Amino acid sequence: MLQVEALHKSFEDFMAVNGANLTVGKGEIVAVIGPNGAGKTTLFNLITGALKRDKGKIIFKSEDISELPPYEICMKGISRSYQIVNIFPRLTVFENAQVAVLSHQRRSSNLFRPAKTIAVKETRNILESMGLLEKEKSIAGSLSHGDQKILEIAVALGNEPELLILDEPTAGMSPEETQATMDLVRRLARMRGLTILFCEHDMDIVFSIAQSIMVMRHGQTIIQGTPEEVRGNKEVQEAYLGGE
Amino acid sequence: MFKNIVYSKWFGFVAGILIVLIILPLFVPRFFVYIFALIYVTSLLAMSLNMVVGYGGMFQFHHAVFYGVGAYTVALMLTKSSMPTWIGFIAGPIVAAFTGLIIGWFCVRLTRLYFGMLQISLGSLIWAIVFRWYGFTGGDDGIHGVPMPSIISSLNGSYYFILIIFLICLVVMYMVIKSPFGSTLQAIRDNSQRCEAVGINVRRYQLLGIVIATFFAGVAGVLFVALERSVFAEMLFWVLSLEIFIMCLLGGWFTFAGPILGAAITVALRTFVGRYTEYWTLILGVMLILVIFFLPEGVMGFFQGLFKPGIKEATERGKR
Repeated sequence: MLQVEALHKSFEDFMAVNGANLTVGKGEIVAVIGPNGAGKTTLFNLITGALKRDKGKIIFKSEDISELPPYEICMKGISRSYQIVNIFPRLTVFENAQVAVLSHQRRSSNLFRPAKTIAVKETRNILESMGLLEKEKSIAGSLSHGDQKILEIAVALGNEPELLILDEPTAGMSPEETQATMDLVRRLARMRGLTILFCEHDMDIVFSIAQSIMVMRHGQTIIQGTPEEVRGNKEVQEAYLGGE
Repeated sequence: MFKNIVYSKWFGFVAGILIVLIILPLFVPRFFVYIFALIYVTSLLAMSLNMVVGYGGMFQFHHAVFYGVGAYTVALMLTKSSMPTWIGFIAGPIVAAFTGLIIGWFCVRLTRLYFGMLQISLGSLIWAIVFRWYGFTGGDDGIHGVPMPSIISSLNGSYYFILIIFLICLVVMYMVIKSPFGSTLQAIRDNSQRCEAVGINVRRYQLLGIVIATFFAGVAGVLFVALERSVFAEMLFWVLSLEIFIMCLLGGWFTFAGPILGAAITVALRTFVGRYTEYWTLILGVMLILVIFFLPEGVMGFFQGLFKPGIKEATERGKR
């Protein structure tokens, strides 16, 4: 479904992504791991169009999307959540998710119908599946960090993506919250038939839910394979797993 | 249940105010009728600015230009041609919105402060043209004695005309703010990067927001001509832009009605304190400082905060 080939991106002299390769098949849960600064977030920014790549190809559903602006990539069916909470802090929880739903339904430019009568069911559905329905009237900026991270994902789901990219969905969460969130993600993937690409620091989580793992280091892909293959790879052990 | 009561209370409140405004000319002196009409015009202008600044998060520093363009359009059309008045009244806002489209087209390519700086420059350019082009715009003399149809040529006539148009504009603006477009605009204000990531063409929406807001600024310009029957180059000067910016801050720029309050305070100060001293802006300045320190959401925002917990916290987190 998603194919990344020999992707390069540099900031001034620093090669943030230096030959990344990634394959994500339909319905798979794929993890990207690597030490801090390995280029995971940059890779996600490149895929979603937030940054422009220098070299390489990004192919989504057999179409090259590497030149498209973020909003068009999103319309193609790729949605993402962010490592650092990136929501609409002054809007309510409901409005946060609704913005994405309206955009997906191409009704954002409707000028004269009250927004609170449009796309209500779809928005509530998403909030319900994320367990946020009780808080729908709260102002997003006043939620706890854990809830904001969940809302992050809810906003991303508003676009009914085929491929959902989660950049450290559990960053800053307590172990219990982490467990609950990952269960949620797994359930979502099954229920909505989502393909998920995520990165995460907690190796237990990665190895328990990912079907395929891509390891990055210094912006480069070391290997992509099943958890067993990755665990058995010598280079990975030296570079990363052994180091911990 | 609680909410319904609040809404019905609001309904009574609004209906009460409306009745007072409608019967006002019957029992107050002419001068106050004029001041109230001026407050409506100024409120509409401030609210149109608030649409881009408060709801859209764009630094539209020089918004008065579109007010001036609307006013000059109608004044020029009515003095230099024999076109029916209503065509001039419609042309004012349309020309203002078109000017907004052109200036906005450049500005939305930049962000934050750069947006604001370009906006000031392009706006000042229009001011300079109006100010210098004596033969056409009358330069710093302005245009006086714009003919008006008899129905709105009396003070009470123009008062009711302005009140009606003002109320219609309020309803339309409220609908726009509450529409999906309004939500999207606020989402862009809160987080434009995330908006792009959920499939929103941010620039296009910002531009549409500017066009709508400048249209209403043009309406305010037309209403000013209906009230004063003259236009001045000062209407496009940056000082007025600053003044309406202050009105939004003062009243509360995240609230719908805040700018009305800000405009009323400013017009009242200018009229009643300005009569005694030309330094009335000093009082405005002190008020602004107090508001910024103690009511950072503006006067209206403060009261809204009492009903809507969470907003304040959200703002404070946003500052970090």
